[in-house]
Amino acid sequence: MLTADSRDPAAAPRLLLTLLAIALLWPGIQLSELDLGVLLHSDSQTEMGRFISGFWPPAHDHDFLQLLLKATLQTLAIATAGMALALLLAVPASLIASRALSLSAASRSGIPSRLGRLLRWPVRGLLIFLRSVPEIVWALLFVRAVGLGPAAGVLAIAITYSGMLGKVYAEIFESTDQRPAHALMQAGSGRLAAFAYGILPNVAAELLSYTVYRWECAIRASVVMGFVGAGGLGQQIDLSLRMFASGEVASMLLTFLILVLGADQLSRLLRWRLT
Amino acid sequence: MTLSLKQGRLHHANGVDALRGVDLQIAVGEQVAIIGPSGAGKSSLLNLLATALRPSSGEIEVLGERPWHLPARQRQRLRARIGLVHQAPPLPPRQRVVTAVLAGKLGQWSVGKSLLNLLHPTDIPGARAALARLDLGDKLFAYCQQLSGGQLQRVGIARVLYQAPEILLADEPVSAMDPVLAGHTLSILSQHARAHNVTLVASLHAVELALAHFPRIIGLRDGQILFDSPAEQVSREMLDTLYANEQLQSPTTPSAPLIVQIPRC
Repeated sequence: MLTADSRDPAAAPRLLLTLLAIALLWPGIQLSELDLGVLLHSDSQTEMGRFISGFWPPAHDHDFLQLLLKATLQTLAIATAGMALALLLAVPASLIASRALSLSAASRSGIPSRLGRLLRWPVRGLLIFLRSVPEIVWALLFVRAVGLGPAAGVLAIAITYSGMLGKVYAEIFESTDQRPAHALMQAGSGRLAAFAYGILPNVAAELLSYTVYRWECAIRASVVMGFVGAGGLGQQIDLSLRMFASGEVASMLLTFLILVLGADQLSRLLRWRLT
Repeated sequence: MTLSLKQGRLHHANGVDALRGVDLQIAVGEQVAIIGPSGAGKSSLLNLLATALRPSSGEIEVLGERPWHLPARQRQRLRARIGLVHQAPPLPPRQRVVTAVLAGKLGQWSVGKSLLNLLHPTDIPGARAALARLDLGDKLFAYCQQLSGGQLQRVGIARVLYQAPEILLADEPVSAMDPVLAGHTLSILSQHARAHNVTLVASLHAVELALAHFPRIIGLRDGQILFDSPAEQVSREMLDTLYANEQLQSPTTPSAPLIVQIPRC
């Protein structure tokens, strides 16, 4: 079938890799109990069909819209307050954890001293701990501690996101050209000033876009946490789902779409201003 | 002696012996040029004198202090009195020229003043004066990324002039300029040094420029000093030995490609 002149030496490895990928994926599908056949059963189809057919028209009576507005504002407030609290911890932690501010690295061709590396570890460990527990778990914990309501969501976002922001900020600082900051430190400037003059100008756009993206994620997370009683749009979706009010669910999903779209545009605007 | 180096050796992490036992004494107000083939250790020597790099062995004394025996804070204070002009000025592309020049005094300013200066430049006349001496007064509010290589080098020099250090070290400060501008810029540096009794040490690629502007010439080859003599005594033979069998390929500068890999979720 394959003559010598049309033989591709890469064909056999490719075939092998494909088989390997399937062999690895199959147990995964089995383990996650995925059975697409269920979707084709007639009773589940009519059930879903009834629910989805209720999506049109989306609920838009006056009382509901007022409720929706309040829930949306609450969601935005949870996400924003959570991010603000997270930044309070993430910014100092990232400055400590990043090798970019190492004074010893400046005169050792980029490699910090052993003591410096040792001191950075506890901070990295703290950031790992903060982000390793999912925000929904923190939310469940805080709902018990401070009661039902948005406060639990704010605290949960603050804790998880400070871990994520701190880690990524520290890596962004390290991923840019270190020479400007090193040159400043070699000319006697302090670390913070060297950071502000040598590193910040290069990374500002990246930092901003990542922060806005995280804010968008925080909006989504606050909705999920609403399901466990942390207020906002999520709690409303949960209530409407329980009452099979599909029109209301549709309106809220649309609101959601608009929020994410808005965050995307904001990020684009800010990036355009900065670059 | 404002600068003194005894048996200075520098061993780079990549296994290269950049300096192999250099003895050097430079007095206050002297103007010295370092010449030599590429890879001779000129930049290493200047970085050592600037206390930017620590010698692998040997003793260095700068402005009467031994920088590597000082605690970090005092070493930073000593470094603020030394200015180093880099060959490729390390300026962030998205920084304004005025900020880049004012950054020269960061070592002398408090953190509060440094951060305030980012919001609004505190000394615009000072930055303009430093730039005007290098004919760059009109670029005060341009971004560094808008400048050419030669203009950036002059911004780097303006930063050090603004810093007003007691020792001015310059690593190939005019390598990206045309001959006329290079000569003009060097004479500005030496005028500044003479007027303020500043010690000036510059490494230079072009021998003619070194002989024309500096009274004392140090020839560096293979990490060792080949000759150290007044400019008028530098002979053709000395230069021929200094540059003998120079390999034509310039050493590749070790600039690791930046890999930006940021997890997104």
